[in-house]
Amino acid sequence: MLEFFQMIVSALAVGSSYALMALAMVIIYKTSEVVNFAQGEMALASAYFTFMLLEIYGFSFISAFILAFVFSLILGAVLEFAVLRRAKEPNLLGLIIITIGMEFIILGLVSWKFGADQQVFPFPIGPYDSIEIAGTFISNLELLSFAIAILVMGVLFVFYRFSKMGMAMKATQQNPIAARIMGIRTKRIMMLTWGISAMVGCVAALLTAPILLEPFMMWGPMLKGFSAAVLGGMTSLPGAVAGAYILAIVENLFGGYISIEFKAVVAFAMIVLVLWFKPSGLFARHYVKKV
Amino acid sequence: MDMKREYFEDVQLFGSGTIIFWFVVLIGGLIMYPFLFPNYYVYVANYMAINVIVAIGLNLLVGFTGQISLGHAGFFAIGAYGTVALMSLVGLPFIIALPLAALIAAGFGFLIGFPALRLEGPYLTILTLGFGLTITLIIGKIEILGGRNGLHAPDLSIFGWQIKSDLDFYMLLIPITIFMAWFARNLVRTKIGRAFVAIRDADVAAETMGVNLAYYKTLSFAISAFYTGVAGGLYAFVLRFIEPELFSMIMSITFLAFIVVGGLGSIMGAITGACLISWLDLQLRNILDVPYLGDWLNSLSQSYFSITGCLNIQYIVLGLIMVLIMVFEPLGLFGIWIRLKKYWMTWPF
Repeated sequence: MLEFFQMIVSALAVGSSYALMALAMVIIYKTSEVVNFAQGEMALASAYFTFMLLEIYGFSFISAFILAFVFSLILGAVLEFAVLRRAKEPNLLGLIIITIGMEFIILGLVSWKFGADQQVFPFPIGPYDSIEIAGTFISNLELLSFAIAILVMGVLFVFYRFSKMGMAMKATQQNPIAARIMGIRTKRIMMLTWGISAMVGCVAALLTAPILLEPFMMWGPMLKGFSAAVLGGMTSLPGAVAGAYILAIVENLFGGYISIEFKAVVAFAMIVLVLWFKPSGLFARHYVKKV
Repeated sequence: MDMKREYFEDVQLFGSGTIIFWFVVLIGGLIMYPFLFPNYYVYVANYMAINVIVAIGLNLLVGFTGQISLGHAGFFAIGAYGTVALMSLVGLPFIIALPLAALIAAGFGFLIGFPALRLEGPYLTILTLGFGLTITLIIGKIEILGGRNGLHAPDLSIFGWQIKSDLDFYMLLIPITIFMAWFARNLVRTKIGRAFVAIRDADVAAETMGVNLAYYKTLSFAISAFYTGVAGGLYAFVLRFIEPELFSMIMSITFLAFIVVGGLGSIMGAITGACLISWLDLQLRNILDVPYLGDWLNSLSQSYFSITGCLNIQYIVLGLIMVLIMVFEPLGLFGIWIRLKKYWMTWPF
């Protein structure tokens, strides 16, 4: 039984990083219908930027993290402004190709700059310290990721629900033309959406980096986050979070009880099963095309 | 402009005498090619021809039927492993093993096509992506297929013809490639091909007109997977050694890049795109040896970037090409060609 709780606890920790990536993808998909494959690499760039500030320029943790958030905000906004907005009559496939292209560009730049080797990311909490709660061990970093993930979700909820900007984003997503007529600068909203999404991704990357810092580190979380977002329905923020935790728990239990070897693919097997029965994910209404 | 007056002018294989002429020139060039260039370039041509087969197959699915696949490396792996396993474990001759492996790949394509019936957009993307990742992981766990260590391709002979060198393989591969291209070109002019295009343009309208969506979508997946499987089976013999890591997600993305660069929904576009990208892929691996550019990149790496990561420039180039093509010319090289042709035909207007 203790083993079971241990698995759940570590699933919650892993699920937090999936949830953050899933949130980042859903934020963009909701507003602009773009499946952003560059999400992981945008986060990667922020992580390496922080690494550079800390290791090479000797910034303090607080200032480096704050600068990293600013950097990711600008990065997201610039990518939207410079690339996505320029696309001529984009269709879904075109947008996917563009984001994959951006992913490759960022990946190439980062690994050109820092090399493909694994680096050690300085972090105030060591990855191996852990505490014991009722017999289950949880590392401080896992606890921190869980807490921060919950915090980010709370902030996003408040932002979307109560702030004027969040309302404007919702309006843009529901009906861009009506939103424009109401005086909302929808293009600017789009840029800001990308910026916010990049910031959420940056949080995920900063929490992943102390464990592993190398150019491909965000592929796993990004793919799992994307799966989680699809599981949750791609358009709902709480759905994405729920999807992420469900995915992490199923994955961990499968790894613990059935087969550790195939743990990495159980997420995709689950996606296939869920999509078979609910083609729009668990928590979204199935969209039927009107003719 | 050449106006078409009859239906049969629209559906004929070669539009005009000019096209037949250039086709004959192309065939002649392909026959002469291995005797004019050194062995390395024959290898390059083999590599390109395989990518051409994949690109044609993928274009049937993505460009003509409008479905998205990020998992074609999975079908490619099934083709490669299937052919090698059927030959060395079961003992079938190559000429039976290759189509059989491709049929297995087509079977998987058919299976993937089923859930794809109800899915579109991001849902289909993650499904195919997951398929590609899962297949390579499962293959990597099967001991009889060599597991993580990979497999060596067995010796190849067809009716007593021993295929050893790149040149011999070229002689086998190019006719197959031409046949596959010809078949695809014919396929898109038939009822099936037009059903694909109808599904891409408006699936609901197509269904109303009597196109059986379930049948044609799964068929499209199966045919595309068959092409990719054939290419995979041949690829095993170009490399002579296969391992699961080869068939990564990057490979699937590169496949997609072929048809995006070449032009969605055009066989000729798929061929040019595949040739261009695979040539670039091979060239960028030794970009530092290029005169001038290599030196400049070297000094740039030393002062601002790192020397060890210099090879990652190939990602940047591939990514830039994908973004620029999609932003400025969504129809790819084929679109540029059409525009040029129109410009010269209506010149000076």
